[in-house]
Amino acid sequence: MGENGGGPSGRLMRLVIVGHVDHGKSTLVGRLLSDTNSLPEGRLQFIKDICDQQGKTFEFAFLLDALEEEQEQGITIDTSQIFFKTAKRPYCIIDAPGHKEFLKNMVTGAANAEAALLLIDANEGVQEQSRRHGYILRLLGLNEVAVVINKMDLVDYSQEVYDRIVDEYTRFLESLEVKAKSFIPVSAKLGVNIAKPGKTEMPWYEGPTVLEMLDRFPGKVPQVNRPFRMPVQDVYKFDQRRIIAGRVESGTVKVGDELVFSPSNKRGVIKSIEAWNVPELPEAADAGTSTGFTLTEQIFVERGQVASLVEEAPIVTTTFEANVFWMGRNKLEKGRTYYIKLTTQNIEVEVAEFKRAIDASTLETLANQDYINRNDVAELVLKTRQPVAFDLFGTIAETGRFVLVDEYDVCGGGIITHYTPLTDVDRLRDETRYRDSHWVQGAVTPEMRAYRNGHRPALILFTGKPGVGKAELAHKLEEKLFNQNFQSYLLDGRNVQLTVSADLTPDQTRQTHEAVRRFGEVAKLFTDAGHVVISTSNVFNQEDHSSLDLLVAPNSVIEVQITNDANPKGVPQIVMTIDEARQVDAAIEKIVAHLKDEKILVGHNYSI
Amino acid sequence: MDHLTELENQSIYIIREAYKNFKNLAMLWSIGKDSTVMLWLARKAFYGHCPIPLVHIDTSYKIPAMIEYRDRVAKEWNLNLIVGQNKKALDAGMNHEMGRLVCCEALKTQGLAQAMEEHQFTGLMLGIRRDEEGTRAKERYFSPRDKNFEWNFKDQPPELWDQFKTTFAEGTHIRIHPLLHWTELNVWEYIAREKMPIIDLYFSKDGKRYRSLGCAPCTGSIDSEATTVDEIITELRDTNISERSGRAQDQENTYAMQKLRAKGYM
Repeated sequence: MGENGGGPSGRLMRLVIVGHVDHGKSTLVGRLLSDTNSLPEGRLQFIKDICDQQGKTFEFAFLLDALEEEQEQGITIDTSQIFFKTAKRPYCIIDAPGHKEFLKNMVTGAANAEAALLLIDANEGVQEQSRRHGYILRLLGLNEVAVVINKMDLVDYSQEVYDRIVDEYTRFLESLEVKAKSFIPVSAKLGVNIAKPGKTEMPWYEGPTVLEMLDRFPGKVPQVNRPFRMPVQDVYKFDQRRIIAGRVESGTVKVGDELVFSPSNKRGVIKSIEAWNVPELPEAADAGTSTGFTLTEQIFVERGQVASLVEEAPIVTTTFEANVFWMGRNKLEKGRTYYIKLTTQNIEVEVAEFKRAIDASTLETLANQDYINRNDVAELVLKTRQPVAFDLFGTIAETGRFVLVDEYDVCGGGIITHYTPLTDVDRLRDETRYRDSHWVQGAVTPEMRAYRNGHRPALILFTGKPGVGKAELAHKLEEKLFNQNFQSYLLDGRNVQLTVSADLTPDQTRQTHEAVRRFGEVAKLFTDAGHVVISTSNVFNQEDHSSLDLLVAPNSVIEVQITNDANPKGVPQIVMTIDEARQVDAAIEKIVAHLKDEKILVGHNYSI
Repeated sequence: MDHLTELENQSIYIIREAYKNFKNLAMLWSIGKDSTVMLWLARKAFYGHCPIPLVHIDTSYKIPAMIEYRDRVAKEWNLNLIVGQNKKALDAGMNHEMGRLVCCEALKTQGLAQAMEEHQFTGLMLGIRRDEEGTRAKERYFSPRDKNFEWNFKDQPPELWDQFKTTFAEGTHIRIHPLLHWTELNVWEYIAREKMPIIDLYFSKDGKRYRSLGCAPCTGSIDSEATTVDEIITELRDTNISERSGRAQDQENTYAMQKLRAKGYM
């Protein structure tokens, strides 16, 4: 009975076959198809006719190598996918090229598989690509691996040869912390130990046949029990609904859940999970689902943000350690700009440090190299232009892996292995994210305070050189707002220094990040209490301002810079000349107008 | 999660990636079951809407019922339909008797190239599947075509972890294949599950039905008693004849499809 010509139905197990060139991958696949009666009618004859036409001996490999060049050269150039079925389940089998030159095609095949068979020729033993492919499988996170030792007929089915290869390759895999599920001695050409056990040829072998091994692989299960992650793919507004669309990469989410979007830290509550052509809208979405939801409140969310539950947010940073394999024509080198595609984020990145460059075919360290060539791998530190949100690969694989793009092409792939905050800003970001997810919220919400106060909280910073009139404006603004029944408070840097920073030496106060952190956290508390906090900031430089933004978020920091310079420093919201600042009333009016535009001052009894 | 839902999720992800990354994106609609399923998936991805224009290449030799079905569905589903035709070749009398491959190349491949040129499309979605034939088995989800419309199958970009090739040089374009991982049977099972309307040429009349749709002179029907989607599924489970056996151009010579597809055929 032949396999149906309509292709299999049911869930397919996706399997890749890898190994050194000429070790018999395509022959094994051809043999599997033939021994499971999976060839469409006429296919075998069609290939045999071609062989006759071209004066070649028939080989099973020709069943897969559809490109003219592949059949002429006798090597697989590109990955091909073939369907077949055992009594247990249907398979999609991916035949990946073994030639070093086509590594990117091998990676394409292997990255889409749930289990792998790695072929080694009994006659040739462990070769360059046997090791390289082993390493790549580990990097891709493919742990379901069985080793098939092929062409046993050429070594008289010798147990000694088998044992020697098993021993050598086991030691190699151990150095990668990988364990093969089994080592199967076969002859793909003669069909020994593929479907039919080779008891006559190899009475000494007691393990499974290839088909038995395939049926033992567990198959990939969606990560429902991990933390919820949904990278935002797009935001749709085709009708009155504003739908945040994406695929749930892990965990599960339901209507009513409060989400945080990283790296922006914006929060929202799921109002509905949307769908089309269903009897009723779903209440939840599980890992693997391409879904979309609306939020109870409109917040600004865009592609690249990663949605999670508030208490289990991903890591957000600009520097992290990764293992990378490189497939580009140009080498991967320090100091050049690439793009990293990580979930739906796409950000400029560079290699900050090569910790170890490795020749993937020998696992030898390439001494003190600041680059790697095509087909090699490295342990390195990456630095992104803007913060990225991710998990370690070992925690959630889907959000812990990435590709690197050089010019127009995907040239590398990698997994994130470690994260340790390296810069002050990284540390501060971690602090605020931890703080916000563990914050104890009182009975009075920020919305209630804003309604009572007639304004949202904010930190207003006056900046500029000494003597330009910052202090006077700050005092006037505090007074003006207070007289309009707003909650304004002047938080002078000096007062913070006298209080929570009293333990810092004058040098530390002037120069360290710690003084900024303390000022920012105090401002955070006052804004959390609903106040418009006003300050002058002679002690802070421009980098410190981004730290303050981080600490005070989600509340706004509004910088008023007083300068005669045509190019103000940083990105102040309001710029005024020294003369303008001296016209105090007009200057105050300008600031108040801005606060109204920004919906900070909304007026009393205004419904927020 | 059942296998059809899994296939659907993956295709929706790809369709959304294409929509987000390509400003000038179109969907090739052959009126057949595969590209109609692709259209249905787009409506799922975009919650009942299809914000992507559809392109149909009318060789003028299509089975007449296909054109009728096309215009009716386009109206009912509120689609933005663009019909392309290589008028110059038709005026010069192009037909399959001048050679099937020559005719496919002129009326389909060149017809498509003209429509792409006219509308400046840089992304084109197609409903091809890996299980259809050998060269399609080697395709990528996002597959670049060069300035001359050609597919360099010997040097394809790597594709891993659903990170696709979405940047490309001026003058080139990307083919996007959201159904690449489906099988013929999957397509019919999905049509059944979704209760999707499908053109009735697939159903048996007088003991014959079409299994694959194309131009009238080059598309043969098969012996079949299947008059419903469920009967087609049952029939496919039992057959071991390949899907495109009725498509004359495939059988023209050994590497017919590789040659056609390298030049930009679907």
